[in-house]
Amino acid sequence: MAYDFSLLHSFTINDTYIVMDINSGIVHSLSKEAWDFFKAWEKADGDAREAVTELAEVYDSEELKGIHQEMEVLKQEGMLFSYDEALDKYELPEETVVKALCLHVAHDCNLRCTYCFAGTGNFGSERGLMSLETGKQALEFLFKACGPRKHIEIDYFGGEPLLNFEVVQELVHYGKARAATLGKELKQTLTTNAILLDREKIDFLINEDVYMILSIDGRPNVHNRMRPFSGNKESYPLVHKAIKDYVNQQEGDTYFVRGTYTHHNLDFSEDVKYLIDQGFTQLSLEPVVAAPNEDYALKEEDLQLLGEQYEKLAEMLFEYHCRSKNVTYFHYNITLDKGPCLPKRLTGCGAGHEYLAVSPKGDLYPCHQFMGQEEFKIGNLTQGISNLTIGKGFRKAHVLNKEKCRDCWARFLCSGGCHANAHNFNGNIFEPYRIGCEIQKKRLECAIYLQVKKWEYNSLENIK
Amino acid sequence: MAVKVHIKTLNKEVLTQTLQSGGCGECVTSCQSACKTSCTVSNQSCLKK
Repeated sequence: MAYDFSLLHSFTINDTYIVMDINSGIVHSLSKEAWDFFKAWEKADGDAREAVTELAEVYDSEELKGIHQEMEVLKQEGMLFSYDEALDKYELPEETVVKALCLHVAHDCNLRCTYCFAGTGNFGSERGLMSLETGKQALEFLFKACGPRKHIEIDYFGGEPLLNFEVVQELVHYGKARAATLGKELKQTLTTNAILLDREKIDFLINEDVYMILSIDGRPNVHNRMRPFSGNKESYPLVHKAIKDYVNQQEGDTYFVRGTYTHHNLDFSEDVKYLIDQGFTQLSLEPVVAAPNEDYALKEEDLQLLGEQYEKLAEMLFEYHCRSKNVTYFHYNITLDKGPCLPKRLTGCGAGHEYLAVSPKGDLYPCHQFMGQEEFKIGNLTQGISNLTIGKGFRKAHVLNKEKCRDCWARFLCSGGCHANAHNFNGNIFEPYRIGCEIQKKRLECAIYLQVKKWEYNSLENIK
Repeated sequence: MAVKVHIKTLNKEVLTQTLQSGGCGECVTSCQSACKTSCTVSNQSCLKK
């Protein structure tokens, strides 16, 4: 077929008309005339004359022919209707190296978040802290397993990692020293609920270049409802103060404030706005993932409203951009040029082969979401990876091998979604979680829309 | 009168061309679960570029 429109994704948001060429990743912003021509062309199954005739009473035919010509040029340049046969045959290389570890330094927590996937921090097992010895063993495992990779990562995770702060301190120092000796670039991150984030810890984490992921859900009542202490006591005042102290002290945007929205705050753009108003300019709010019977779970019927919220959020972020207010909303920070290569987009999160989670006792799992599930245990720090089958299975679960992803327009942007969500909802890492997919696609459309709006705004500003 | 531009193309880098040139693996890991700041791979940058 000369014109396969399934190779394109077209959508419109608020009088902005966008066509994305899926395989090349090229994004085009169309005038209203060009959009109408494009849709008529699509309806006519690629017959341009029929499309021009269809629109003859609305637009000047010569102008429509000019638009058609522009599109033909883009097609010839590989930026419209592009297809590469190499995609049909492409297989990711079998060999892989571990380049990131999630260290569960504490299987315990001081909050009782309703939606926590880790139980109350213990992942359905006994509570416990990682010893310094096990932590060092994990770092040495990474330094060895990463092979020639220069850039490697450690995330101090839990439960709540600050419950084991002395060990974290030692490991941060140890990791930095060993990385320097070995010529590696080690990025260290800590994910925390901020309850124990006092002045001393803030000083340490900033001085040692530890990136921070800080959890707060937004407006006080929203946060307190889902992230209380035991006994349902509110945690917001402590959390807010600690994060504010950290953000005020740090320089260079070494953090992300992250939260979770649920069925109880479907107007979550208000929470984003609230967090920005608090001075938190690097942020993201995530959709909760929960069993359908939970009252806070997102439902199919919420999707319409959530879509509107994402559009509202894009408008809000565009307004900040026009006012030169520097705000980074993680999911809208899409990289159109200089983005990841296609092999990376097929690799996705790398769980099970590039990225592993380490339990406090030193057992290895594909990622933190699979922590404690015996059937997914792939080895331990002493013996290394003993079950290679699991990692290979995860590596094969990429968008070209998943039926529902293969023909999805967003396949090279999202990389197929979270394996754990697929497993939990469908019992199969090859079948993605539907509500997650729908949210993801809307989020990506809004991210592209925001890029188009910023690009057009910046172009106009440059002309002035 | 200025000629109206009907199609504006935002980016020029053709993704499929990176099938052969990419894959060095030096980029940041991208978790997609909601408990971390889940990121689609598309919002990452390539360290080589």
